[in-house]
Amino acid sequence: MENPQGLLKETWHFYKKTLMLVFRGSKIYYAWCISLLAMIIVGFIFYWKQHEMGLIETNLTDQVSWGLYIANFTYLVGMAAAAVLLVIPSYIYQFKPIKEIVVLGELFAASSIIMAILFVMVDLGRLDRVWHMIPFVGSMNFPASLLAWDVLVLNGYLLLNLFIPIYLLVKFYYRKEPNWKFILPFILLSIPWAVGIHTVTAFLYNGLAARPFWNASILAPRFLASAFCSGPAIIIIIFQIIRKVSSITLEDKALFKIAELIAYSMFLNLFLLGAEIFKEYYSGTVHMASFKYLFEGLHEHTALVPWIWTAMAMNVTAFFLFLIPSTRKRLSTLNLGCLFVIVGVWIEKGPGFVIPGFVPDPLGEIHEYVPNLLELMVSFGIWATGLLIFTLLMKVAIPIETGEFSHTEYEKEGYTVKRH
Amino acid sequence: MRNKNLTRREFIRNLSVTALAGASLPLLSSCSKEEAEDFLQKHFLEMTEDEKKRMIAKLEQRYLERYGKNFQISTQEAQPETLWGYGLELSRCVGCRRCVYACAQENNLSRYARQLHWIRVLRLKRGNLINLEDSEHYYAPETVPEKGFIYLPVQCQQCQDAPCVKVCPIHATWQEPDGIVVVDYNWCIGCRYCIAACPYKGRVFNWAEPNLPKDEVNPNVHYLGNRPRMKCAVEKCTFCIQRVRQGRYPACVEACPTGSRKFGNLLDPKSEIRYIIERKRVFRLREELNTESKFYYFFES
Repeated sequence: MENPQGLLKETWHFYKKTLMLVFRGSKIYYAWCISLLAMIIVGFIFYWKQHEMGLIETNLTDQVSWGLYIANFTYLVGMAAAAVLLVIPSYIYQFKPIKEIVVLGELFAASSIIMAILFVMVDLGRLDRVWHMIPFVGSMNFPASLLAWDVLVLNGYLLLNLFIPIYLLVKFYYRKEPNWKFILPFILLSIPWAVGIHTVTAFLYNGLAARPFWNASILAPRFLASAFCSGPAIIIIIFQIIRKVSSITLEDKALFKIAELIAYSMFLNLFLLGAEIFKEYYSGTVHMASFKYLFEGLHEHTALVPWIWTAMAMNVTAFFLFLIPSTRKRLSTLNLGCLFVIVGVWIEKGPGFVIPGFVPDPLGEIHEYVPNLLELMVSFGIWATGLLIFTLLMKVAIPIETGEFSHTEYEKEGYTVKRH
Repeated sequence: MRNKNLTRREFIRNLSVTALAGASLPLLSSCSKEEAEDFLQKHFLEMTEDEKKRMIAKLEQRYLERYGKNFQISTQEAQPETLWGYGLELSRCVGCRRCVYACAQENNLSRYARQLHWIRVLRLKRGNLINLEDSEHYYAPETVPEKGFIYLPVQCQQCQDAPCVKVCPIHATWQEPDGIVVVDYNWCIGCRYCIAACPYKGRVFNWAEPNLPKDEVNPNVHYLGNRPRMKCAVEKCTFCIQRVRQGRYPACVEACPTGSRKFGNLLDPKSEIRYIIERKRVFRLREELNTESKFYYFFES
């Protein structure tokens, strides 16, 4: 490998094998990737229209100036944060496949962050000027603007979550034990950083005195609690898929433990929400208007009411499903619970959080916002992009982790070498 | 962002911009000619006098081609010892909205497919002034004023401690020395964080390319004020920066048929606005948010 020719050959081997891994798969894999690609293309075509004509192609207005894009952004930041926070219970409960979980969690976080950043990009009116935001190149309003903070912490988090898995995978590829003394501080750093990205995102809304619905100090804790629900829920589902399609083994016990964690977080989430609802309804000031709009409708405007009650029903049901051991420890009810949490939390902290901030607006105008087809298609396109990135990353990362894909020197030894 | 470490920043910027320009070629090729031309334009406050001149010449040429009129684009700076303040006498306002349309005319606002306005007049039931939830923004009676209602015009309150300036991630909006909050329309990235932060709904967005009929264009403009704007950047009332820096009243003050609107220099003890603050019962909207607005509502004596 030291001579240039060998290095070239080795590099070629890596790329060839990567492409082979990505392009070979079952029929389901093909169908999955092709449908994601189709959604990406459709989303891009719709986005192009928005890029040419302006944001007028969306249903956004001066009254409700952020909508589905920013709702998805908020939700995905939570996803990204939670995936890494899963590292903590992995350590505490000493799950056997800890290394896999770290790598999977961080790659999932990276994919979520990419989606979150894409949602901000499509929401920008002037994508051509996005360079104004780059530190030292543009003119970042740091530290006054929370959006400037968000740009920094999100990109930092993305780099961190790419660096750690890539380091580990390279080590696995060469069949070397990672230097834990070197990488562990980064893994540990990613945990407070995960809390950080979600706190900064909460503060982004929290700091606006003009919007009483967001201007409540309970916001950041609520964000974290709900992220601890939706993130682990999607991880439970991903783990089940991964153990089905690869040779990685994950015991049911691990999934049940994560589900238990969701039950506690969901309790906290519902409790914090309840605390906020009590304060608003009991004191009954004018600030209650947004809550009223969300939960009962305001002056016959009721677009969000069925959504939020669906979310409430899903969250409460999921809480009991995960709390009761017999339903938690049955895969069918477990997965139903996960689905409820993923959808319920999305409604609650996506549209159910962003839109009421604008209704009524600071001058009391009530303007209802419902996303249009273009916004839906662009959003689906971005979700598809994230899922495709994650799928392809997994397709290469898992064989490296299991030892099926490694440096030519070791490959001759066969696939059976175990690292553990 | 200003003046510190200019050489190092300049170097890093040149380097990065070159790299960026290369990387964004595909994106640029999708942009219009104007967008491509403006791509590397600097922040207004970082331009040298020379760069400003070249940019103004380019804009005047562009506006001539588009609107068939010779534009005078001013970059006039703030007068020393001035801090503009506004007074509005609620007991006189009849809700005719002449100010709204005079403003749109003067400031080259988009006229249709989204019609934009920098001034909004709210109709409130008598007996209520603070809770705006029952206000009517789109009242359209045969004649005004209507019995049982009062009218509350709202526009940018030119806060001394402006939430919009604080939240802008890229310094695209700032407060001038004479207290006017302005936007560099060519620097704004259209994130709309300022719209979310403003407690007065003082900012509006060009959701599409503005629709400004040729024969309605006002060619006397200020770069930071009423020059024709582009799609997907934010804009707002500037107290008619193009007028007040030349010693004229804002268009809304001139248009008001009841004389409800007053304007002047807060630092000049003999100005009309100081007379009002010292002798009338004034209040400011949302004073509890500590925005220190410079827009004083008042009632007769």
